[in-house]
Amino acid sequence: MSARQDVLGRIRNNRLPAKVKPEVPDFPRLAKTDFLPQFRKGLEEMAGVLVDEQPGDFAAFLRSRFPNVKNVCSAVPEFVGNSTPEEYSNWADAGDIDVAIVRSPMAIAETGSVLLSETDLRVNTIGFLAHDLVVLLDPADIVENVHLAYRHPAFRNTAYSVLMTGPSGSGDIGGRVVHPAQGVMTLTVIFWPKI
Amino acid sequence: MKVGLVVPCYIDTFYPEVGIATLELLERHGVEVEYPFEQTCCGQPMANSGCEGDSRATEEHFVRLFSRFEYIVVPSGSCTHHIRNKFIAAEATREREHVTTHTFDLVEFLHDVLRVAKFPGVSFPHRVALHNSCSAIRGIGMASMSERVHDPVFDKPKALLQGVNGVEVVEFDRHDECCGFGGTFAATEEAISSRMGYDKLEFISSAKPEYVISSDMSCLMHLQGCARRTASPLRFLHIAQVLNGV
Amino acid sequence: MEPVNQAENAKLFVEDREHERHFDRLIWAMRVARDRAAAAVPEWEQLRDLASETKEHVLSHLAEYLEQFEESAKRNGVHVHWANDAHDHNQIVADIMAKHGARTLIKSKSMLTEECDTRRFLQTRGIVVTETDLGERIQQLDDQPPAHIIGPAIQKSKEDVAALFARTYGSDPNKTDEVYLAQQMRNHTRPLIEKADVGMTGANFAIADTGAIVVVTNEGNADLSGNVPKVRICSLGIEKILPSNKELAVFIRLLSRSATGQPISQYTSHFRGPRKDGEMHVIIVDNGRSERLGMEQFWPSLKCIRCGACMNTCPVYRRSGGLSYGSTYMGPIGIIMMPTFDIHRYSELPFASTLNGSCSNVCPVKINIHEQIYAWRGVMDQKHQINLTKKAALKAAGNILSHPELYQIATAMADAALKVLPHFAIYNDLNAWGKHRELPEPPKQTFHQWYRHHRLKET
Repeated sequence: MSARQDVLGRIRNNRLPAKVKPEVPDFPRLAKTDFLPQFRKGLEEMAGVLVDEQPGDFAAFLRSRFPNVKNVCSAVPEFVGNSTPEEYSNWADAGDIDVAIVRSPMAIAETGSVLLSETDLRVNTIGFLAHDLVVLLDPADIVENVHLAYRHPAFRNTAYSVLMTGPSGSGDIGGRVVHPAQGVMTLTVIFWPKI
Repeated sequence: MKVGLVVPCYIDTFYPEVGIATLELLERHGVEVEYPFEQTCCGQPMANSGCEGDSRATEEHFVRLFSRFEYIVVPSGSCTHHIRNKFIAAEATREREHVTTHTFDLVEFLHDVLRVAKFPGVSFPHRVALHNSCSAIRGIGMASMSERVHDPVFDKPKALLQGVNGVEVVEFDRHDECCGFGGTFAATEEAISSRMGYDKLEFISSAKPEYVISSDMSCLMHLQGCARRTASPLRFLHIAQVLNGV
Repeated sequence: MEPVNQAENAKLFVEDREHERHFDRLIWAMRVARDRAAAAVPEWEQLRDLASETKEHVLSHLAEYLEQFEESAKRNGVHVHWANDAHDHNQIVADIMAKHGARTLIKSKSMLTEECDTRRFLQTRGIVVTETDLGERIQQLDDQPPAHIIGPAIQKSKEDVAALFARTYGSDPNKTDEVYLAQQMRNHTRPLIEKADVGMTGANFAIADTGAIVVVTNEGNADLSGNVPKVRICSLGIEKILPSNKELAVFIRLLSRSATGQPISQYTSHFRGPRKDGEMHVIIVDNGRSERLGMEQFWPSLKCIRCGACMNTCPVYRRSGGLSYGSTYMGPIGIIMMPTFDIHRYSELPFASTLNGSCSNVCPVKINIHEQIYAWRGVMDQKHQINLTKKAALKAAGNILSHPELYQIATAMADAALKVLPHFAIYNDLNAWGKHRELPEPPKQTFHQWYRHHRLKET
């Protein structure tokens, strides 16, 4: 008997009386005009930064936010950086990226989270090994809450996806939440409508 | 209206004045009170230690004595919780079913059955901290609990106290955290039990009350024991004593 | 092997007043944060109902959902393994490592791998294992088990961590700033992450219809462990399955709010398939869970989503410290789970409770924890796991309390009453009560005596 048969056999032997699956509602509550302020609140409470207007001169914006950086890796057509994700055939090498720029297809007002998947990152580690992360987001892509967010197709058809809320942090030392932890030092979301 | 009065074993032995106050308080409100003299205990100490077998005889004795009463009243949230919700050692009979569904804590009886709102002629002009036991709150629902943040706030012991002239009920932090008594826990985990008691007294003392009042004497026995060790000026009374005019 | 003496361990912890007070206040703050977060969600109680009902539904169809998950995962190109127990699980990991000639493993936090003692198993086989979760890493460096289900090192002050890092990383022991310490950890661990052969995560949830493994972290270390190396392994307890993302949403909304008061954690990661150039393995682990499913009183403990809310609110946990339980899972949920792993070793845990019920009322999946603690006490009695002295005392109490004459004689004599009264003198050990408290003063007469003199016709 394989372990598979053992485990399933034991489970079936100890079968519980059947219980019904409940129907989960969507719980919509917010007026659409509240999505942006709620998103800002959620993101900022998790130490993320929101830039609510598309910068006129993006290169200058990056230079002012991240002075003296050498390697800006852009995954978006809106900006040409020093590198693209495709150059990182060894995903572990993405640690030499100073700033990674990606676009998120969806964000959540309830929590201040942005969705990123393998489609957006192409090399997943640019979202984690880079020193700082900049995320372009069309405000029209903000959905109200987690229930509605999980309808996004990325969760069903990508190998990897993540709901990211602020930069990497940890409260494991004495309970005080600090940044840095293992991942990106800062997360900046820029409202930037899609072309 | 006739009531069978239960005087818990530890009140019988150490705080008879609470039993006396309960008896007098009920009579004062027009209740005919009978005290079955052969009563001993509700069985909680053995059952809470997992030894249901050892509590069976005690619980069956209780059922025999009290099954004839329409209302069984006991000045203890923990005994009420045990009788109402955990009385399974005694044999399952119609009498046991009757007892488990007709037992009331004194506060419940006054608040819900007799619907007493005021205690005219009783005066207690003092700052009091009200300690509701975990049995009272989470066992039998005499007050709302802080864990359930959306529930409407209510507090039956407090409502009764506020019907007494001059009582000022003070607020304090962590008001519904366990005091640390926990039955045999008080002896088997003595260090944690006392630490919890001292912490509770620290939170209570910040509000500067004169008295600590509760509908559970077991909690007060523990808190009073801790307070006396530190020469705290706090004084401790069962709610029956306040409502009866101590 | 002797049962874990939680009371003794707790006593040692609480005697270190400064540490204990700091710990209690810190953990209570997490309960307060949870309350605030719950208050901001009007449908909070409805979410709890949905979560509880969903888990109960899944547990009552567990085999079918596991099969569906396996099918979906395989379709995504995932290798699915099954493990009866901890040893099976560890061997599978070792085999995957061997197949790839891998010597280094990075992993994110997984209570299941703590349960299986995976790290030690692999290390004795020459594999270098690096925990990437800051708290787990701290405990790894200090060779200690986790003290809290989501904050493994939460019992250590920043001074403790500074001293530890000075010993192990050569950092400055006088620099106790948390940012400095976290930076030390990052600097030392980053190279290990980048060079690791294989990455391993646990699983908070697994989705049957998409075949995805969902991992929740604050640091992104599951994302690092699962993406930097080409080979990723996810350890999955059988009870973690959910039907679809529709149900997942409920749990994501409840988990972090219950754990730390945050609406969501920094990273909610979904692994559905391997990297195009890599491999993904899921190990489905039983390790006693299927047996627990058959326990009429205790199967609801399988609903647990490992949020830690129960221990945050538990007044006994906060004063005993998480290591006092001597077990993988601690606090209220530990009390009801650990006896299923070893009933003798953990026979005293159910008594590390005042049965106050706070835990059950913060549990996002509505496990009746305090009722199960009570039920475990009965099991310990039935299975003769209660120590003989205590059992003898309880028998004696049961005898006296069921015989009115014996009871009245015993209680009438004040000093004797203190010896017999079960509430605190069950061991005939007045020393226990009196260590930090005054004994109640025996009154002049009992209520029985008063009633006889004042109310009965007889004198």
